[in-house]
Amino acid sequence: MLRFILRRLLQMVGVVFVLSLLVFLWLRSLPGGTVSAILGEKATPARRAALEKALGLDQPLYVQYWEFAKRAATGQFGSSTGVQPGVDAMQVFIQRFPATLELSFFALLFAIALGIPLGYMAARRRASWFDNLSVVGSLIGVAVPVFFLAFLLKYFFAINLHWLPVSGRQDSSIDATRVTDFFVLDGILTREWDAAWDALKHLLLPSLALATIPFAVIFRITRASVLDVMDEDYVRTAESKGLTNKVIRGRHILRNALLPVVTTIGLQTGGLLVGAVLTERVFSWGGIGEAVAVAFTRRDYAVLQVCILMAAITFVIVNLLVDIAYAVIDPRVRTR
Amino acid sequence: MPNPLNPNAKKQRIDDLAAQAGGGAAVLTVDDAGHIEESTGVSLIASAWRRLRRNPVFLLGAGITLLFILLAIFAPLIAPHDPSKGLLLDQVRPQSNPVPGAQPGYPLGADTSGRDVLSRLIVGSRQTLIVGVFATLFGLAGGLSLGILAGAFSGWVDSLVMRIVDVMLSIPSLLLAVSIAALASRPSQWTVIIAIATVQVPIFARLLRGSMLAQRSSDHVLAARALGVKKSAIVFRHMLPNSLGPVIVQATLVIAGAIIDAAALSFLGLGNPDDRKPEWGQMLGKAQNNIFDNPALAVWPALCIITVALGFTLMGESLREALDPKSRR
Amino acid sequence: MKLTRKAAPIALATTLALTLAACAQSDRSTDNPSSGGGDVKDTITFGAAGAPELFDPFYATDGETFRVTRQMMEGLVGIKAGTADIEPELALSWEASADGKEWTFKLRDGVKFWDGEAFNAAAVCYNFERMFDQNETAAGGPAGYWADVMGSFKSDAANALYQGCTAKDDMTAVIKISRPTSKFPTALSLDSFSMQSPKALKAGDANNVTKQGEGFGYPAYSKNPVGTGPYKLEKYDEANKTVTLVRNDAYWGEKAKTAKLVFKIIPDESTRRQELEAGSIDGYDLPNPADWKGLKDSGNDVLVRPAFNILYMGLNPAKNPKLKDLKVRQALYYALNRDQLVKTQLPEGATVATQFVPDTIAGYNKDLKPYAYDPAKAKSLLAEAGATGMTLTFAYPSEVSRPYMPDPQKIYEALRSDLEAVGIKVNVVTKPWNGGYLDTVDTGGFDAWLLGWTGDYNSPDNFIGTFFGGLKTNDFHTSATSYGAKLSADLAAADAIVDEGQRKAAYEKLNQEIMEQDLPGLAISHSPPALVVSKKLKGLVASPLTAETFSSVTVSK
Repeated sequence: MLRFILRRLLQMVGVVFVLSLLVFLWLRSLPGGTVSAILGEKATPARRAALEKALGLDQPLYVQYWEFAKRAATGQFGSSTGVQPGVDAMQVFIQRFPATLELSFFALLFAIALGIPLGYMAARRRASWFDNLSVVGSLIGVAVPVFFLAFLLKYFFAINLHWLPVSGRQDSSIDATRVTDFFVLDGILTREWDAAWDALKHLLLPSLALATIPFAVIFRITRASVLDVMDEDYVRTAESKGLTNKVIRGRHILRNALLPVVTTIGLQTGGLLVGAVLTERVFSWGGIGEAVAVAFTRRDYAVLQVCILMAAITFVIVNLLVDIAYAVIDPRVRTR
Repeated sequence: MPNPLNPNAKKQRIDDLAAQAGGGAAVLTVDDAGHIEESTGVSLIASAWRRLRRNPVFLLGAGITLLFILLAIFAPLIAPHDPSKGLLLDQVRPQSNPVPGAQPGYPLGADTSGRDVLSRLIVGSRQTLIVGVFATLFGLAGGLSLGILAGAFSGWVDSLVMRIVDVMLSIPSLLLAVSIAALASRPSQWTVIIAIATVQVPIFARLLRGSMLAQRSSDHVLAARALGVKKSAIVFRHMLPNSLGPVIVQATLVIAGAIIDAAALSFLGLGNPDDRKPEWGQMLGKAQNNIFDNPALAVWPALCIITVALGFTLMGESLREALDPKSRR
Repeated sequence: MKLTRKAAPIALATTLALTLAACAQSDRSTDNPSSGGGDVKDTITFGAAGAPELFDPFYATDGETFRVTRQMMEGLVGIKAGTADIEPELALSWEASADGKEWTFKLRDGVKFWDGEAFNAAAVCYNFERMFDQNETAAGGPAGYWADVMGSFKSDAANALYQGCTAKDDMTAVIKISRPTSKFPTALSLDSFSMQSPKALKAGDANNVTKQGEGFGYPAYSKNPVGTGPYKLEKYDEANKTVTLVRNDAYWGEKAKTAKLVFKIIPDESTRRQELEAGSIDGYDLPNPADWKGLKDSGNDVLVRPAFNILYMGLNPAKNPKLKDLKVRQALYYALNRDQLVKTQLPEGATVATQFVPDTIAGYNKDLKPYAYDPAKAKSLLAEAGATGMTLTFAYPSEVSRPYMPDPQKIYEALRSDLEAVGIKVNVVTKPWNGGYLDTVDTGGFDAWLLGWTGDYNSPDNFIGTFFGGLKTNDFHTSATSYGAKLSADLAAADAIVDEGQRKAAYEKLNQEIMEQDLPGLAISHSPPALVVSKKLKGLVASPLTAETFSSVTVSK
């Protein structure tokens, strides 16, 4: 197992290196660039040349990449030019990552908490009205563009009904202490319950919007997988042995049916990141998704490089964790 | 779930579908030994059709899809006005009357440029279909070439192609689409199409390769090889036709996804900036600017997108179920 | 290796325990800011569209930063509320020598920086020398306003407008410049040239701008600035995206009426509006013109700023030789229905431009009339020039919204259909603003394009000098025309006139010549940007230079 993890981590280094080169070249092949983004209407040839020189963008590409790689190896990715100008790009990422992580965590929590029980129930009542309704419901959920759903939620619950806050992560009137930058966790750790509660209220709508697609996926996989398992011989054996429903459900069906669900959950993380770009924008969440979107339109190379690389690393690590979790749940994988 | 924005749901479904194809091929080879591919291919489709005909979910999806396609074909004949002309521009006042309301001849009113919303929706169906279909076709073409390459040859060609595919799949698809859309020096409808299509390439490639792999060791292919049939003939006459089922299913679902993706790109400001020829995703994306005062401008295209995406999805999902040999038990 | 089933939960529990142990107790101050005085809130919360880059305005070029620093810093020259005109601020008065090259500033007495340092002539000169003496990185990048106004830095002192500062006595500073110019003293009202505490500048190593990858790194001072203004910086909560300023109780003038000023950063336009309607902010900048009505309907005040910008259609005679003919340029102008454009696509208060400067500028020629909408005349002019049915590659930017151009595509569409109506074949081109549009304008890749300008200070030179001045480098490629050389020489001559009255007259005449004889581009319109505040907020005066100050603002409960 240890060797397996090590090998995967080594692979990750290779992937990150190749990706860094690709991202670097890709960004520099985009039309326009940082210089235009900074100078705007004031861009005269002289000012352009001076700025290019000051930023080192007048150097040949391989020199630029070499400089970049040297710095990146020591963890310095350079300063942001568009998202938070003057702030180290890694710092920008570190500041914003908790926001995205918090949002994704709650979205996934919703997706799991709703998807698994509903999927299980739908499978148990196969072809009932409940089953059909929830299947079609999950399909509708997928057919609605995420940002439109986010807007609808915001429109009804925040703007019309005033039940929940419109945007952001916490009300500015709350003078909260920051410990981990996970606002809910911070509130709990420091026992600032009002801060934690306020952060939770801010989380509800965006995480619901973000949860729809993973929910639909988890629901469908759970349903399909429970259906498969219910057909298995060992379930029939258990039934014929006269085991209680509770035991059959818990130990035989759910446990076995959860295997593919766990994989799916792991695979959802990358998708959450994408959904986050759209959801964060609607709710002004201030996370990675929003940073990437802004960095893109303002050609903020440093922030884009860091965010894409870190997203890839996160993705690899999560998949590794999923594989480990798989080994924990499924004894067969372990002995292999 | 058919969410093309989501690379991981994608992987999951790709593998599911590929597994089905493998299963399908296995079932087929048992039946007959003579004209295996042709006859079983027909019987598979025929039996699927028998079940589909009675499936209300499929009928609903197919109905919506058919209606949409007809609308797209005859759009210019149906639309009451020219969707690119600001016919009610004189009534537009950004402050007092940003959006001319419903009036005789203009049942849904006009947009902020004074153009008839109903006509834009009707004509928009055509551009929307073009985006959906061409993004899927281009994705399919790319995916087929890569998939055939990988599925037909084992060894280094296979691993090289699959590494490329894996790298493409590991980049969150919207980011990939966004970057491709941004690379274009002149953003247009076609950059949107190509951006979305590129994201589909690895999905189709993986799907096809998976099901062809399953067939490479299946009896009818082995038999053909033993008979000395040429390699290209095996690939194109024996392996490919049997792998197309899941690909068609996926294609149906991708059309829905492509329409939604086009809206997402537009929302991020990376869609086709030229809106003389309307497209629903673009209409929705652009309507975000003043969605609170004129929600109708967003709600109409959104409803259209949701309906059509649902239509394709329902159709695709029931096709998938019908083609799934397991469901025949 | 086998991983026991219990390993994961244990690892998780350990991590949690460690996290908990590392966490500090709440260090939140418990004193609740209880109600200050009567029915007025003790905090103003204003929605900002972006984060301030830093808090040293000298290295800033963006409005979001200046909005914050303007509350904390003052310059020698201030701006009269609600106008683009200058007024005394830290300098009580100023006087130019006869040749316009030596400016004497009498300073305000009794002013102190927050850190207790006295404001005097030595501090003024320290500030100017500090701005002048920039390293290569700062000079190429962040010190943009100095580069614009003064031309160059100490490393290239001979070409700089600034030639030195001396303290004549404790309260008199003398600044020398290399040539007379209309920029003086009005450009000193720019936020970048605010006076900051010499002691704090020294201690915070304020000039130490470094190159960090493809961006800039700023010294410690930029996070902890010291000025003289009515507010001072309390904290910048980067995680929750709020900047909090508190009243400077030692301010020399009238103290700020509200104790706390919070800028909440909300990048999304529609979210700002919802926050305002939900009551969590008291106002925000640059509401979308399409929202103005809705905002007013829901009981807010839309404060329209006098326009200080111009939208123009640039023309490049070097790219399309047909544009060298004045008749063709005039024909294009007559073809445009700008009245309808202004009425249907631009915000309330927008006007059809008669020249390339707005009417708030000294040197605006009020006698000029706009080119009327006259498609028939346009067609006949085109015929006379032998350019009937000419093709024009006309571009607009995507992914951008500017105060003078809220929705470029819609403005473009209106202009395009006008041009097509007189038989011109328009080749539609669009590029993203930061994705090649500006670059292509600079390299002259379009025949015609949409662009504009928001003024920095009250001098026509800031507008027409920028547009048509540099003969070799300007976007309009006037070097390819017969009038270009004369125009740029005339512009330089007008800029150098010392007497204000004469200078104004010279610019009025130039504006007329540009519009009637030269017509290097087509001035389209001026659009006023706006601010929106809730009805509870009082005392905010909209400024054409977006230089609003909050010290006189109150918010009722």
